Amino acid sequence: MYVEPGKFRNLFLAAIALVLSQPVLAAVKIEHWQTGSGAAVYFVENRGLPIVDISIEFAAGSARDSEVKAGLSAITRHMMTTGAGGMSEEEISKHLADVGAVLSGEHDLDRAGFRLRTLSKSPERERALEVFGRIVQQPDFSEAILQREKTRVIAGLREAATKPDVIADEAFMKAVYGSHPYGFESTPESVAAIQREDLVQFYRTYYGAGNATIALIGDLSRAEAETIAERLTADLPKAPVPPALPAAEPPLQAQEQRIEHPASQSHILIGYPGMRRGDPDYFPLYVGNYILGGGGFVSRLTTEVREKRGLVYSVYSYFMPMAAEGPFQIGLQTKKEQSEEALQVVRDTLKTFVEKGVTEAELKAAKQNLIGGFPLRLDSNAKILDYLAVIGFYRLPLSYLEDFSREVDKVTAAQIRDAFSRRIHPDRMVTVIVGAAQK
Amino acid sequence: MMFRSLIWLMAMLPGLLHAATHEFTLDNGMRIIVQEDRRSPVVVSQVWYRAGSIDEVNGKTGVAHVLEHMMFKGTKQIGPGQFSRMIAAAGGRDNAFTGRDYTAYYQQLEKSQLPLSIRLEADRMQNLVLTDKEFAKEIRVVMEERRWRTEDKPQAKVYEQFNAAVYHAHPYGRPVVGWMNDLENMTAEDARDWYRQWYTPNNALLVVVGDVDAQEVYKLAKQYFGPIKPRPIPERKPQREPEQQGERRIVVKAPAELPYVLMGFRAPALNDPASDWEPYALELLAGVLDGNASARLNQELVRNRQLAVSVGADYGMLSRGRQSLFMLDGTPSEGRTVEELEQALWQQVEEIKRSGVLPEELQRVKAQVIAADVYQRDSMFYQAMQIGQLETMGYSWKIRDEYQARLEAITPEQVQQVAQKYLVRDALTVAILDPQPMQAQPRKTQVNPHVR
Repeated sequence: MYVEPGKFRNLFLAAIALVLSQPVLAAVKIEHWQTGSGAAVYFVENRGLPIVDISIEFAAGSARDSEVKAGLSAITRHMMTTGAGGMSEEEISKHLADVGAVLSGEHDLDRAGFRLRTLSKSPERERALEVFGRIVQQPDFSEAILQREKTRVIAGLREAATKPDVIADEAFMKAVYGSHPYGFESTPESVAAIQREDLVQFYRTYYGAGNATIALIGDLSRAEAETIAERLTADLPKAPVPPALPAAEPPLQAQEQRIEHPASQSHILIGYPGMRRGDPDYFPLYVGNYILGGGGFVSRLTTEVREKRGLVYSVYSYFMPMAAEGPFQIGLQTKKEQSEEALQVVRDTLKTFVEKGVTEAELKAAKQNLIGGFPLRLDSNAKILDYLAVIGFYRLPLSYLEDFSREVDKVTAAQIRDAFSRRIHPDRMVTVIVGAAQK
Repeated sequence: MMFRSLIWLMAMLPGLLHAATHEFTLDNGMRIIVQEDRRSPVVVSQVWYRAGSIDEVNGKTGVAHVLEHMMFKGTKQIGPGQFSRMIAAAGGRDNAFTGRDYTAYYQQLEKSQLPLSIRLEADRMQNLVLTDKEFAKEIRVVMEERRWRTEDKPQAKVYEQFNAAVYHAHPYGRPVVGWMNDLENMTAEDARDWYRQWYTPNNALLVVVGDVDAQEVYKLAKQYFGPIKPRPIPERKPQREPEQQGERRIVVKAPAELPYVLMGFRAPALNDPASDWEPYALELLAGVLDGNASARLNQELVRNRQLAVSVGADYGMLSRGRQSLFMLDGTPSEGRTVEELEQALWQQVEEIKRSGVLPEELQRVKAQVIAADVYQRDSMFYQAMQIGQLETMGYSWKIRDEYQARLEAITPEQVQQVAQKYLVRDALTVAILDPQPMQAQPRKTQVNPHVR
């Protein structure tokens, strides 16, 4: 990896993910309760640093969009930070900056929400929470700001539509999910169609207290956490919990898309609907995927495609467990002239993996890494907050972190082979190649 | 690695004293810095070499980074790829990164595994086996990395060309990854030369942060790195960039939808931490312009006038080459031009030169600095990065602890003064992205077969 200093907001995102984002502590004591309004709360007291991290998330991700107004969930979430409870967007950012607080957000297929990092002392914490509470409970949805932000989002979408990685990703999700909401993609047209009333309605429908998960970690007591959770949810809309998402129907036949692009590299994605959170096959698929393409430099895909043949800088596979079946995806980029060769190596590697499974030596090495490295997953408040949010949102057992190593250790080579052979069908995969020569 | 935000955070560094930081030097010149952080039973270990693209010569650009890749290809005792396998089997993660000023290798491990990391790093500092066969494969991987990060990314290309336009004499004009033609003509011997020149203990630094005892780490380091013989390292020339005598402009054409403008003013880097104040004032100036969502540039140009979809300001005071730039950039809104945006950015600059900045604006930036100092302690990796960067750039890690006080001392008048002195036309380079349509006809997609 190399680092060009400078002004790029996105250039090194992938790399930083490699360095800093790490999947699952030895003993994290999670406390759990419900607020008076019905929100689920997950709390870890950790007095090591004078900071508090809070997240509040709702089942209000892009899966709650309609196809004709795709983008509504993301715009609703974003617009909540642009004026609330009598504070203008300028006042919101100034008040937070004045106390050194950092507001960020989460938005994916399933989840939408906000995160606040603040100093734990007074009056900084109270002032930050005051702003945070208004954003969550009293958003203005200003018409003028909505028009401005729609224009910006549309410009961003037009720009993104020139980027081979984005083109590949959108085509991939559409092909894998069809009419399932995981396949909806924002377009300039779908964003243009969004009106203020849609935001108000979306907020009323999906930002109900009963649909909220709050996670807190840091320098505060349980009693303080309870008070904060009440304040953050007392004035949320009264709304029923939204229905579960439909299951993703797996494609019955292979599909291959080749999309022209002037870039020097082809961007290739291969995949299929994968698994759910809490899936009975979770651990065999997770451990198996570490061996296939999740384990960085030591995975089979990296060994075959990069180490042996020098065809790529990056090749990976992952399962993204979601509320419905999230994607299983293999991805790589390689110069156009050798894309067919690289694709063939990846397909052969996947086929062999699914047919023959893993060796005992591979399984042992995988367990050593996943179990031995477990403490690395919980070595910062930020990482633990991520786990709390996931455990809460997907209603995983509170013992999830405690059980993790034991569950990994129980996985056998036979279970991996069995799970992959039932779940992953190499002859039915969706393949998207952006920047490939037409056949 | 998101260098921009690292430098920014770094800008927004420390004030609290890092009491548990210990420093040692081995007889062979290798330095060891250990910061005890006992919040979790883990450790991050980083070996830093003061060898980056700044040390390269024309025709061999990118060799520092290529060698970084080759460092995973085995030693007399460890086979190709085995380094990473051994770390993985110990539950660890490992990787490396190359910048203008340094190359660094790291492992993150459960704390009892630290000896493995130290042993393996000491081995590859002295026993690397760099074969023609492994080089031939890996140079292709590096070219793929260049294609992915630079060739196919319009803004990255603009930035590469921009640097080449700013620096004519100084090596910061060359990309860290190297020019493609240099990569195509690089040989295994070029990489071996680089290894022999720079990979010696007197040019290296070990940084360890985590749940460790500093004396124990020192003992381990002494055991494994101690016996390595030091070698003289090549003389480093200053290669100072001559003063710029007038505005420079370049245009880069690339397939894209939106234009983009990047403006950079030559500005001083931190040189003498004990007496320099201008770099701190420049940091604050960047914060006033772009330190939060309501800072001047975003509030005025994106929110109020809706002239741009995004704007930014950036300045990093730290660099081994003692060169820096104050940068502004932005993407105009649809129907607006880069010329309009450039002019609007100039207006914002002129406003500060004319009327200065408000005390509360500075106070806001300073409050963020104080908080960021606390927040960054949540990441051991980041703390190790800070120490390594400061040291390989030729500063002391101890300046972390002065940073906040130095910044606090800056007045609104000083911020106005640095704007007047450095944000001037004759010191400016402007790079513009001229977006090219992807193709005349709608994109062709071939789907086969379309059945679910």
